[in-house]
Amino acid sequence: MNVPVVLRLEGITKRFGALTANDDITLELRQGELLALLGENGAGKTTLMNILFGHYTADAGRVIAFSRELPPGKPRAAIEAGIGMVHQHFALAANLTVLENVIAGTRPLGALGLGSAAARTRLAALSAKFGLAVHPDARVGDLSVGERQRVEILKSLYRDAKVLILDEPTAVLTHQEAEQLYRTLRGMAELGLSIIFISHKLHEVLAAADRVTVLRGGKVVAERRASETTKDELAELMVGRRVARPHRESQAPGAIALRASGIDVGTTLKAIDFEVRAGETLGIIGVSGNGQHTLVRLVSGLERPTAGQLELYGAPAPRPSPRGFVAAGIGRIPEDRHADGAVGEMAVWENAVLERVREPRFSAGGLVRRAAGRAFAREIIERFDVRGGSEDSPIRLLSGGNMQKLILGRNLAESPRILIAAQPTRGLDEGAVAAVHGEILAARRAGTAVLLISEDLDEILALADRVQAIVKGRLSPAIPVEQADPRRLGLMMAGSWEDAA
Amino acid sequence: MMDALDIFASAGLWAAVLRIATPLIFGTLGALISERAGVLNLGIEGIMTFGAMIGWMTVYHGGDLWLGLAVAALSGAVFGLLHAALTVPLGLSQHVTGLGITLFASSLSYFIFRLAIPVSGSPPTIVPFQVIKIPVLSDLPFLGEAVFSQTAPTYLAIALALVIAYALARTPLGLAIRIVGENPHAAEAQGIDPIRVRIGAVVFGSALMAMGGAFLTLAAFNSFFPTMVQGRGWVCIALVVFASWRPERALGGALLFALFDAYQLRLQHVVGKAIPYQLFLMIPYIMSILALLVMARRARVPQALMQPFRRGER
Repeated sequence: MNVPVVLRLEGITKRFGALTANDDITLELRQGELLALLGENGAGKTTLMNILFGHYTADAGRVIAFSRELPPGKPRAAIEAGIGMVHQHFALAANLTVLENVIAGTRPLGALGLGSAAARTRLAALSAKFGLAVHPDARVGDLSVGERQRVEILKSLYRDAKVLILDEPTAVLTHQEAEQLYRTLRGMAELGLSIIFISHKLHEVLAAADRVTVLRGGKVVAERRASETTKDELAELMVGRRVARPHRESQAPGAIALRASGIDVGTTLKAIDFEVRAGETLGIIGVSGNGQHTLVRLVSGLERPTAGQLELYGAPAPRPSPRGFVAAGIGRIPEDRHADGAVGEMAVWENAVLERVREPRFSAGGLVRRAAGRAFAREIIERFDVRGGSEDSPIRLLSGGNMQKLILGRNLAESPRILIAAQPTRGLDEGAVAAVHGEILAARRAGTAVLLISEDLDEILALADRVQAIVKGRLSPAIPVEQADPRRLGLMMAGSWEDAA
Repeated sequence: MMDALDIFASAGLWAAVLRIATPLIFGTLGALISERAGVLNLGIEGIMTFGAMIGWMTVYHGGDLWLGLAVAALSGAVFGLLHAALTVPLGLSQHVTGLGITLFASSLSYFIFRLAIPVSGSPPTIVPFQVIKIPVLSDLPFLGEAVFSQTAPTYLAIALALVIAYALARTPLGLAIRIVGENPHAAEAQGIDPIRVRIGAVVFGSALMAMGGAFLTLAAFNSFFPTMVQGRGWVCIALVVFASWRPERALGGALLFALFDAYQLRLQHVVGKAIPYQLFLMIPYIMSILALLVMARRARVPQALMQPFRRGER
């Protein structure tokens, strides 16, 4: 092959204390290539990219961009060498416009004007060339997540990036936005840009990349052409052992645990009907932002129906209140674990008892029984294999997967009669997904009624017994999962459930 | 006798409005620039007091009036550097540090003043800035007396408000200040150093605050006394919110507050002693609270205001 190498990492090693995050990593990127860096959380992908971009300094090794070695620890040098980085957590100012975000720092600070007119023309040209449509004068805070990501990419392109690094670019995107992004990236590669993207999603890597480099425990364990490998092989390389997602076995459902009839909530939910039986999982599939958030609030006791009725175990539900619903045996896995599921600065054990601290076993006479709380947390840690900290560490130190296992554990340890699982595996890696799925299936086997709200087709197909689609605040009729295939679910998610039937 | 509404028809009222507004314009602009970069500076009250003292002292000891203003600005910059050093690289609480600087600078002002000037019955005076009648324009009926017969620092304050409004909106430096105040990590990713921008904004803003204080002793009055700032610094902090962090609105807010103040002074004379004068003194503050209620709900706060920036953290 005589396509020039644009970027070469040579023998990169980086240690954090006792941990070797990157161990003698060597990597090459050729012009016009889409390279996927695949690995589980903690495999060292992000560290490697931060070294490449100069956020971190490597303990050993060199970064060579366009045949010139980059000085370590200098993001500016990386920018000037034509490397652009799109972070997983966007670095954007919400109150500024798209144009302002793009051009900040591109002109000397002493200049008397912004050169907005020229910048606008250039931005429009880049938008058109790479298919990244976004309004230059829109306030970034008003944009969707997908549009913000386009702004991030445009920021790099505006600075003449020839090599683009994207850290978990689809972690925050909906399914459709992710597909759109990969089409865009492919187009960019065809126009001569070279791209590295970090991911732990196998199907994306296979569909989007030319070449896959697999990282495990800080080492490069394999390199494959995307066309010459399979999902199973990559999963095994990434995790280091065979992982099989657990399998759902059919079982006869019991009595109706949760039923909604004709429920409206303001204008976000309209005439919602569903029922979930004991020992059954109802999957609600839909693209984020179609009313899932309100639906979860409704069944968590945070939202009052404006019309219609919610029934628990065959009787009208009590007045909505989170504590009342927890007491009624409803366990909840919130959509956003950082915002609604856990208090980052508080200890693991405090987070474990947070929902039930008023119960006599966790508090007496207005004082918290710390020993009981710690014991409860230890039980969860052990039973649900929560790693990365003790019951006394702040929960923010746990990885997303382990935090999710703790949240799942504090619910399942109490054998809830109903489990509300909203996007339970969003952002988790393959190993953690398998663990969370296993626990949800175990709860169902034990007779819990599970309401699973997800935008992940594979997850719905793997876990649910029946499926309803949520579109613009309305629910489709339920279909058994045996009759569901991606095409039919796609039609349902698009709102044409008559065609799908 | 004049009617309460006739007051608005007197050019004297409007001339007073501009005069009263001047220290507020300086102070509000100073606080605003600092806050747009993400740093709240509650040292303003003390910095204004110190500026009033040191500016006056410079002139009293033979300095030129403009030298007095410059020395005041320099002193403000020094206090700003202190505030910035503690709150930006070290990331200490901006509230606590700011209040500490107010207490420190106020006390230090009085201390230096007393060291230099022995207690006497009537405070010593200087010859302050004189009214400059702008040729031609000051001959205009009404407007000439109301607007174009002011002291030089008043013209400077208004010009500064316009320059700063332009700079924040339309220059790379202004954009850098805004992006640092909104999301310093975004600024850093674009190659802007948030720490340097913040320190610069606080230092410059504090210099403006001190100039506002100096206006009191160098133009509005001719002597210094320790309580003369009288909460104007706090009013400036409120005006920044009222102005939704925008310089052109800060100018309007300062003028509005000054209007209430100038009006109540004259209203006292019209109404006489039937109503206790303290009630009139309250008018500008009550009006400001009402105005804040209306305006502050729509205010767009800089997202990273009061959030310390540390490299490599999110």
